[in-house]
Amino acid sequence: MTVLSSEALLEIRGLRTWFPIRAGLLQRVTGHVRAVDGVDLTIFPGETLALVGESGCGKTTVGRSILRLNEPTAGGIWFRGSDLTRLSTEAFHAYRRQIQVVMQDPGSALDPRFTVRDAIAEGMDAFGIGADDEERTERVAALMRSVSLDPATMWRYPHEFSGGQRQRICIARALAVDPALLICDEATSALDVSIQAQILNLLADLQAERHLTYLFITHDLGTVRYFATRVAVMYLGRIVETGPTERIFAEPRHPYTKALLASIPSLDPARRSARPIALGDVPSPERPPPGCHYHPRCAVRLESCSRDDPPAVEFADGICRCILAVQEREARMAARPPLEGVPGGS
Amino acid sequence: MSAPLLAVEGLSVDFPGDGGRVRVVDCIGFSIAAGETLALVGESGCGKSMTALAVMRLVAKPGRIEPGSRIRLEGRDLLSLSVPEMRGVRGARIGMIFQEPMTSLNPVTTVGEQVMEAIELHAGIPRAKARERVIELFGHVGIPDPARRFQAYPHQLSGGLKQRVMIAMAMAMRPRLLIADEPTTALDATIRAQILELLRTLCAETGTAVLLITHDFGVVNETADRVAVMYAGQIVEEGTRLEVLSQPRHPYTQGLLRSIPKPEARGARLEEIKGIVPRPGHWPPGCRFHTRCPFAFEPCPVRAPERTALSATQAACCHLLTREARP
Repeated sequence: MTVLSSEALLEIRGLRTWFPIRAGLLQRVTGHVRAVDGVDLTIFPGETLALVGESGCGKTTVGRSILRLNEPTAGGIWFRGSDLTRLSTEAFHAYRRQIQVVMQDPGSALDPRFTVRDAIAEGMDAFGIGADDEERTERVAALMRSVSLDPATMWRYPHEFSGGQRQRICIARALAVDPALLICDEATSALDVSIQAQILNLLADLQAERHLTYLFITHDLGTVRYFATRVAVMYLGRIVETGPTERIFAEPRHPYTKALLASIPSLDPARRSARPIALGDVPSPERPPPGCHYHPRCAVRLESCSRDDPPAVEFADGICRCILAVQEREARMAARPPLEGVPGGS
Repeated sequence: MSAPLLAVEGLSVDFPGDGGRVRVVDCIGFSIAAGETLALVGESGCGKSMTALAVMRLVAKPGRIEPGSRIRLEGRDLLSLSVPEMRGVRGARIGMIFQEPMTSLNPVTTVGEQVMEAIELHAGIPRAKARERVIELFGHVGIPDPARRFQAYPHQLSGGLKQRVMIAMAMAMRPRLLIADEPTTALDATIRAQILELLRTLCAETGTAVLLITHDFGVVNETADRVAVMYAGQIVEEGTRLEVLSQPRHPYTQGLLRSIPKPEARGARLEEIKGIVPRPGHWPPGCRFHTRCPFAFEPCPVRAPERTALSATQAACCHLLTREARP
């Protein structure tokens, strides 16, 4: 029985998004890429949840599944209480207004034949926002001002803008339909350092003004540490650890989280720190290893790890999917003094 | 002091543009000592990759290295070499690795064969011997099961393994200089750390100097001995890693370092550099950074600043510094 959190804005339970692999003349399905393979994730209103992991871990597919750009194979995605995966295309359309996305490459996200005004107003047209063209143009001007673009440039085409300005256009377009949740998929990764800071500041301002919730999908842990409220670490289709940002960075529980953090290059000139912990390469999601998916690269694996798939252990501030966390928890339980009157306590 | 391994003076590269030639690298100079790692840092379009290509004489037409530029490696003037002579220098004396290992490897030949080709070309040793060398090299750069991987085609290898193959190829002839253009940018965090570690130990072992092109100050801090910061085709500041990272003197370097999201800054606004990164052909007059600089004053839009030495190793081009230096 799925118990849904009442405060959640978005709740993902048991999400699987598999892609068939076809081969041969008849294009028969010979296997599946298990891009997302049993993901549970909750997003609370007003927070910035960072979904981090390496390429191929499935983080982008989670975002695309929420938008139903990839249809989930199993599981549910509840947004304000409705399971998005069970809605008809028409019913889903209404929800689509509340969930918008900003992608990595603002160059390819904008149609080169649309003026900036039309690009930003496209969503308003689709959802019938604004009485007429004139009112929409006025709204576009206000949106452009809110992302620090000059409204006088609204009749120009995307190629006349720099990368950072194009990303501002994409943000304005996403905000045009007044969403509750903004999925930022590597939204700052392709930008120059000095421009990245501008966009992060803009996202922070907009969040405060409009009470936005962010799902921040990225591989850039430096940005996560600065920007996110909570972090979910993904590895080969599964969430292996969640927790508040400060705790994750100070006391990571999962060996993979530890390896990821150890790989961040140091910016402190007094010390060079990055020493690799993770061994070898990320295996293919087509053939994930048996047992714990991380065991072939794990520096502290036990014999049983190649056999037994560890459950997600719940802590007060998040989950951890590692047998060591299970053992640690059991040890702590055993060490705790027995409660009075509880039978079996000795 | 002995002559540096690589000395670049007055290097300019231009391309034909609207109404004349457009400079992408503008009269830059730097040197690298044997065994030293120099990081060339900057944002997109600043000319750092074009500088690397120029050192290898690989600037594609219609671009050209302007007359008057000088590039000397081990005392030899690379710009006066014939094409076959230069081909001998590339690979044997200068090794190269790029950001995208996939585009640098031939998809229809096994990776072992490709590295072997490089060795045969330069060393002229028999095939069986060369094959042995390649397998040994693969082991050395941390490719598991090297004899089997010799037979692999590029698409069968992960990004990290492909970059290891590229490193094996670049280091096969024990070059004196390795040019690495964003070698870890396309790699995942855990793989990036492994590759940086490999480059560091390999170059220390062989005494190979490195010209590292990057936009990532983390990578700079982890690998460089010295740093040169480029903006709009020019080097605006240079110094040792410690000098540039802990006491940057050019407002651009200062701004770049401050705009990196750091954990201490959680909850606070990031310091940003206003405006946009100017493209070649659209560089402002005077100091090219003046349109984005928070400290710009009268001379900045008018006159290009001179290079001011700040220590034996640190120098920057900024009017604030020349004003300070004057009595």
